[in-house]
Amino acid sequence: MKMLINVAETVVADALRGMAAAHPELTVDVENRVIVRRDAPVPGKVGLVSGGGSGHEPLHGGFVGPGMLSAACPGEVFTSPVPDQMVRAAAAVDSGAGVLFIVKNYTGDVLNFDMAAELAEDEGIQIAKVLVNDDVAVTDSLYTAGRRGTGATLFLEKIAGAAAEEGRPLERVEALARQVNENSRSFGVALSACTTPAKGSPTFDLPPGELELGVGIHGEPGRERRAMMTSREIADFSVNAILEDMSPRNPVLVLVNGMGATPLLELYGFNAEVQRVLTERGVPVARTLVGNYVTSLDMAGASVTLCQVDEELLRLWDAPVRTAGLRWGM
Amino acid sequence: MLDADFFRRWMTATAASVDREAERLTALDSPIGDADHGSNLQRGFRAVAATLEKEAPQTPGAVLMLAGRQLISTVGGASGPLYGTLLRRTGKALGDAAEVDEQELTEALRTGVDAVMQLGGAAPGDKTMIDTLVPAVDALGESFAAARAAAEEGALATTPLQARKGRASYLGERSIGHQDPGATSSALLIAALSEAAGE
Repeated sequence: MKMLINVAETVVADALRGMAAAHPELTVDVENRVIVRRDAPVPGKVGLVSGGGSGHEPLHGGFVGPGMLSAACPGEVFTSPVPDQMVRAAAAVDSGAGVLFIVKNYTGDVLNFDMAAELAEDEGIQIAKVLVNDDVAVTDSLYTAGRRGTGATLFLEKIAGAAAEEGRPLERVEALARQVNENSRSFGVALSACTTPAKGSPTFDLPPGELELGVGIHGEPGRERRAMMTSREIADFSVNAILEDMSPRNPVLVLVNGMGATPLLELYGFNAEVQRVLTERGVPVARTLVGNYVTSLDMAGASVTLCQVDEELLRLWDAPVRTAGLRWGM
Repeated sequence: MLDADFFRRWMTATAASVDREAERLTALDSPIGDADHGSNLQRGFRAVAATLEKEAPQTPGAVLMLAGRQLISTVGGASGPLYGTLLRRTGKALGDAAEVDEQELTEALRTGVDAVMQLGGAAPGDKTMIDTLVPAVDALGESFAAARAAAEEGALATTPLQARKGRASYLGERSIGHQDPGATSSALLIAALSEAAGE
């Protein structure tokens, strides 16, 4: 497998150096692996800190900036960051108004953010945490680690980010973030496995004529494997899996997200099918975003995320944002 | 009696065996996880070995507390907090005695394993490191060699289980038939303990 890298050990640091060069509006601490918006801490504003393994770009570093995250902590590839990074990020963005940790529901992320919250509170920083767990492919039961956090992370970071930008207090920003999570559901499919730099070969074996349904964002296999389907069939399967779990009465935000190796030509075609199913099922669409936002290295495939919104959430979604990965209105 | 030097040898031996086995751990992690267990632990234990060489704590408890803190600061993922907590809580339970006996080590390690179970919410049979550590601590009362054998057996016994914790749990029944990478690395930790004791 050919990769545009030096050695696996420096992949994350190399990417951060390149990000720093491309985005002077960010403060990128390569050594400690923290990406902070340059004007932080913004007086009176709640800080938003998110993080997780690298390999999901532009998540999360690409969503740091006015209107979205205050800081991001990238871990090793597919590995949660460590508490030291999160505490450093919280200290860099706290203006005294407190910090919201946005955590995807993966055991490593949860444990490290929990430890970081304790440490940050010891330093006098008020911390709130919100867990993202939108993936309907995983059965939520007492006997598993619970649903994974995937595409809804983008909705949550954007909407909570807009609320924080307006100067809302920590409790309110946290409540809005929870509301977004509760109203969001995702489903993902993989057409190929991905290749981590550390391993250098695909993380699982997926024959050419087959696809994985119900995948997460870490190159782990999904809930079942089938013979390759058409875009139309995949859209039916994915949207129906989501609508089995939620019955939106309000309009939805739609994210048709590429896993990293699927071109926009295919993603837009897939979006056409997703929109068709939603129309057939009587679900009104408020906004649609198509592109590679929550990726899984070089995995081919896509995920669909729906978020049911009221007027306030929609207004916050539409609010200006200026980050490397998402930018409108400013 | 076991002194600080014994505990440093334990950590150094663990670092060496994680180095040797990193590729195997990553290979085990690839069908059911995300193919990074070996490289993550390798990074952590290399840091532990380097720190212990530099700081050389004088008591068994201090050695393990420092090692645990170093793992939390460098590993990330679930392994960092879980292994970090195991060593930190075991070290804390040993207190500041300059030497401890095997009975005290067994009790302290049991405290550490309990803390890991509490943090991760895993119980025996969930296909995790707990399936190695619980039988290992039970056998440690007998001898270091018995603990090593029990740990290795515990790791092998995770193969037919369905994962209920961690990333493998998302696969449901598809996790059956694969040995758990965390249970495997825990067996390396216990084997290194027996190596440090010269058994």
